[in-house]
Amino acid sequence: MARIIRDRALVEDEWRRLSDDETLPEADAIIVSWQRWLDERDALAARGAPLGVEIDGTVDAADVAADLEHFELIALAFPVFKDGRCYSHARLLRERYGFSGELRAVGDVLRDQLFYMERVGIDSFALRDDLDPHQALSAFEDFSVVYQRALDAMSPQPRWRRAA
Amino acid sequence: MYLYDQVDQTLVEERVVQFRDQTRRYLAGELSDEEFRPLRLMNGLYIQRHAPMLRIAVPYGLLASRQLRMLGHIARTYDKGFGHFTTRQNIQFNWPSLERVPDILADLASVQMHAIQTSGNCIRNVTSDHLAGVLADELEDPRPYCEILRQWSTFHPEFSYLPRKFKIAVSGAREDRAAVQVHDIGLQLRRNEDGETGFRVFVGGGLGRTPIIGEVIREFLPRRYLLSYCEAILRVYNLLGRRDNIHKARIKILVKALGAEEFARRVEQEWSHIRDDASLLLDEAACQRMQGFFAPPAYDPNVDTASLDRALEADSRFARWYERNTVGHKRPGYRAVYVSLKAPGVPPGDVTAEQMDAVADLADEFSFGEARVSHKQNLVLADVRADRLHDLWQRLEALNLAAPNIGTVNDMICCPGLDFCGLANATSIPVAKQINERFDDLDYLYDLGEVRINISGCMNACGHHHVGHIGILGVDKRGEEFYQITLGGSSANDAALGQRLGPAVGKDEVADVLARILETYVEARHEDERFLDTFRRLGLEPFKVNVYGTDNSGSRARRGRVAQTV
Repeated sequence: MARIIRDRALVEDEWRRLSDDETLPEADAIIVSWQRWLDERDALAARGAPLGVEIDGTVDAADVAADLEHFELIALAFPVFKDGRCYSHARLLRERYGFSGELRAVGDVLRDQLFYMERVGIDSFALRDDLDPHQALSAFEDFSVVYQRALDAMSPQPRWRRAA
Repeated sequence: MYLYDQVDQTLVEERVVQFRDQTRRYLAGELSDEEFRPLRLMNGLYIQRHAPMLRIAVPYGLLASRQLRMLGHIARTYDKGFGHFTTRQNIQFNWPSLERVPDILADLASVQMHAIQTSGNCIRNVTSDHLAGVLADELEDPRPYCEILRQWSTFHPEFSYLPRKFKIAVSGAREDRAAVQVHDIGLQLRRNEDGETGFRVFVGGGLGRTPIIGEVIREFLPRRYLLSYCEAILRVYNLLGRRDNIHKARIKILVKALGAEEFARRVEQEWSHIRDDASLLLDEAACQRMQGFFAPPAYDPNVDTASLDRALEADSRFARWYERNTVGHKRPGYRAVYVSLKAPGVPPGDVTAEQMDAVADLADEFSFGEARVSHKQNLVLADVRADRLHDLWQRLEALNLAAPNIGTVNDMICCPGLDFCGLANATSIPVAKQINERFDDLDYLYDLGEVRINISGCMNACGHHHVGHIGILGVDKRGEEFYQITLGGSSANDAALGQRLGPAVGKDEVADVLARILETYVEARHEDERFLDTFRRLGLEPFKVNVYGTDNSGSRARRGRVAQTV
């Protein structure tokens, strides 16, 4: 099993990303594509084992929100690290739609974006294959202060609502 | 001006540590060029023609004297002794070495400065009116809102990997000196019928390859919603802006594609969810606290202007400078003074380390310890007593910073061009020099009045050529430099994009062509009519005929060399 970062710690990953042409396993924790969810939702929902879905920036978070009850995990795909759409998806899923399961960054996930990703509510990170996740752990501590309130533990009191 | 608290200071210091480590990993081969690129860009660091170029943020153009001295120190220590002020009120250094950039950032942090988000696909330095707080035409000082936006946008977790760069400008005066209509978001302070302060919101303006004047998507945004509304705009853009083509990724393309009305509808819809988010609302106390940082200095209510009157009478060179390079202040007995960075023979916006030190001293002696950077690439000492203007003028003269040319043909905006920039197709500084040399008769310059000439060395338009009254764009044609001329642009309240005069002209001909354009103006103008207004009245045709001749009738002989068709 691959190792991922979850809640700032290295853990073995119990989830498996199922490709679209693979047969559904009975019991495994699997992550399927959004398209597969749309195509096979009944079978996936009836399976009785942990289910995750992977979306990228092109999927409307509001569509995902309607089905949230089925997902223990939502994987947010960063096809290239510069594609920042899923930062908005993460915030919307957490803040607007109240998703409390695991939000995982997958794809071109690099050390120097982890700080931002955690702040928008992503709590697990599958780093790009060639990177050592252990070396990336320090990224969460790059800053001890921030300006904005967001979804991480260090979010300050609203900076724009305080008197002198 | 704004003073850092512990949070601000810690943040810039930790940024230095972070970038030092990123640089180390890059040099050790742990980060690829591609991976390091956005990291260095978010610290303003470009890899340029000769060396890296470092762009340092000057938030809304305001500098304390000790900060200006630090810039001088950086120029001397890490560069070749000079810096270049930009159209976005920042400063660029063209010769630092990559290895030493973390040291530069550490020096900056020691005076509450940084290079954060001066480049990259993120929210850039918020710009404003270089005369904020001192002119009578101002409704309210825009800088407190700029500082709030600066903090909100710094390392914004959601908006640091946008489709493309994002520029915000705020203006608080009747006359727009911040070019809000050519920014991704332009905010114009206003009051509603109830006397409440808020903003008119423009979006989707911008120059570059596809120049567009911004559109109003909200006539009045109460100020308490400033951040939630900006957040809604940014979220719509982050999700819908194009990422498949770098040239179509700016918000202006999205606004055009959807139409301003539909874009506004989507923003309003997004905003309806977050409008009252407590973490984004500005309350009265916070606004007042921030305004306190920009409170007027301790002006002397009894400045005696008799000595100024005598000096103006006695010294015509001083009077000329006073007329051109100083501006009426809202406080009697004070003037705002332009420190011209457009001396003949000097690249527009360039300033030496010695000049920076000296201007810092002058700021301390004459203007409450502050200087400003204008987006037209000059410096400003905004609060100078009338009875000390003559003294200041002499000091500036000795520094070659008193060229009496503000607002004239020679007060050009000019990008670094091919001499420095990796993107440029053509030189721009030598063209500015050519124009400067050609128009060296001050009486003629003054007679021409206000003419804004903007020069860019490529279509990325860092010299804002589209919005120059006369715009000059360098293009490369089969390895040779040519220049396209546009007329009629403006970035002020009457914002407009220039119209192309005709075929590009050769490098040696730019000043000649300009002379003919101006000659056409002088012949045709009504009394006291500005160049821009004459152009708007007459259109391109007479200018065209005078520059290129009339091809069919031959009724007007071409004089001198003729622009080449390429």
